[in-house]
Amino acid sequence: MMLAPENTVDLSLAADAAHAVNPWVALAYLAAGVLFILALRGLSSPATSRRGNRYGMAGMAIAVITTLVTHSIASLPEILAAIAIGGAIGFVIARRIAMTAMPQLVAAFHSLVGLAAVLVAAAAFLNPAAFGILGLDGNILPVSRLELMLGAAIGAITFSGSVIAFLKLNGSLSGAAILLPARHWINLGTLAGILVLTVMFTHSPVGGPGENPLFWVVLGLAFAIGFLLIIPIGGADMPVVVSMLNSYSGWAAAAMGFTLHNTAMIITGALVGSSGAILSYIMCRAMNRSFLSVIAGGFGAEASSSGGEAREQRAYKQGSADDAAFMLKQAESVIIIPGYGMAVAQAQHALREMGDLLKEEGVSVRYAIHPVAGRMPGHMNVLLAEANVPYDDVFELEDINSQFAQADVAFIIGANDVVNPAAKTDKGSPIYGMPVFDVDKAKTVMFIKRSMGGVGYAGVDNDVFYMDQTMMLLADAKKMVEEINKALSA
Amino acid sequence: MDFISILSIFVMACFVGYYVVWSVTPALHTPLMAVTNAISSVIIVGALIASAEAGSPAAKWLGLGAVVLASVNIFGGFAVTERMLAMYRKKDRPAAKGPRT
Repeated sequence: MMLAPENTVDLSLAADAAHAVNPWVALAYLAAGVLFILALRGLSSPATSRRGNRYGMAGMAIAVITTLVTHSIASLPEILAAIAIGGAIGFVIARRIAMTAMPQLVAAFHSLVGLAAVLVAAAAFLNPAAFGILGLDGNILPVSRLELMLGAAIGAITFSGSVIAFLKLNGSLSGAAILLPARHWINLGTLAGILVLTVMFTHSPVGGPGENPLFWVVLGLAFAIGFLLIIPIGGADMPVVVSMLNSYSGWAAAAMGFTLHNTAMIITGALVGSSGAILSYIMCRAMNRSFLSVIAGGFGAEASSSGGEAREQRAYKQGSADDAAFMLKQAESVIIIPGYGMAVAQAQHALREMGDLLKEEGVSVRYAIHPVAGRMPGHMNVLLAEANVPYDDVFELEDINSQFAQADVAFIIGANDVVNPAAKTDKGSPIYGMPVFDVDKAKTVMFIKRSMGGVGYAGVDNDVFYMDQTMMLLADAKKMVEEINKALSA
Repeated sequence: MDFISILSIFVMACFVGYYVVWSVTPALHTPLMAVTNAISSVIIVGALIASAEAGSPAAKWLGLGAVVLASVNIFGGFAVTERMLAMYRKKDRPAAKGPRT
């Protein structure tokens, strides 16, 4: 027992020797990491973004080639085949996917990163010598055990959470919040179990390659908690969930980078981890809700059940496509507010056509996008870009909100909660405090909505429907816009 | 490298990430997610090491599986980002293909 401290010193020396790599190799990984930073930096403006993406590709190529060149590869044909298979699948998916399906695709990709992290961690657990983390006593180094267990657990959470998010976004699973009884206790218990067992795994005297079954137990619990965490979260909170899973996939990569002492992986993991965390924060701020309340889930489930019956019938004005076209033509300035409904109806192309027709009439047309519109951060921007709407016609909430007072028409298509004045006035409303568009200040409001029955995700009635200057256009968003276009060009 | 050096790199990279990501324009948040997804597949480095070494056939096959998954992400992630970014256009560049602005 007295030998223990010396022993650990020896072990870490052994580990250092295993990691003592050629400085050029370390520099190559560092260069890859820097290129990844530049890739994100490029996204500060659409003009530089494509160059940024190329930097990212270059960084990845450097990381992969460096690894292949510096390891004695016993199985190069298999590896190249694996890259070719995966690459071909990825490339075909990326080419074919519809832009409206982007949230599902991103969720699916996150799940793959998570699963890859799990597989790598499991491989490191079974063959630690390959990763240089085997101590002289035949056990995996304790600190490496901690790192790879964390990497595996975070990867597993990312995987199962992303699979659920994918199923919800894809419509294969109900988007409604699914609530288990006592779910908070189940979740907290599972989480505590993961932490305690991870510590036990790290300190266990049984630490040889593939020896300690606790690894698989923790992995199983992590898969379960990912599933349990996302199941109760409703559809419109998905922007937060997708961002959060993005963040997790980064932390998983970082944890594996610690195991491998690889700078490219650590830098990338930190970048992706903070990126996802910041996006989650932006989304939560845009809904005026705390991250914890989103993660706790259940939003919308309770609100819609209570709000549904209490609603009285109130008078509203309905308009036709011809009325709308006439008023739009007379307008000087129109601000269009798209929401998830536009994506569902695939109305972005028709909408752009409407914008073009109005511009020909000399009307100023701008688009206003709420940070949480759609099912993932920036969802509406991509759809409008797909429809060839120039990005300098598209404005963020803070930049355009003061303009509604001067606007003749606020044209709301598929959005609801983000224009609800209750967020500003009604302290009891579940969306109170959420920043919303001041559409009530516009001279006329046109509101495309399928029917008067449904309310937004939050399940609250919207006073905008019943304002004097509001014209309700009750129809499928795409059909209505197409009819307006017909009337405009007639 | 010892643990502290690695941790230093990690902490610094978190700060870099923080400032870089705040400078990303909200209009590009979806491409940001797609590209972060692609670059987080740098985990393929670990997968390659696992599949390269002899010793444990199980580890090798796990590694190869991870190589396939990470490759889907790398190629898919960068390609879809490229496709999205190509759609972002500035105003007043009509259908006539003139690079002049």
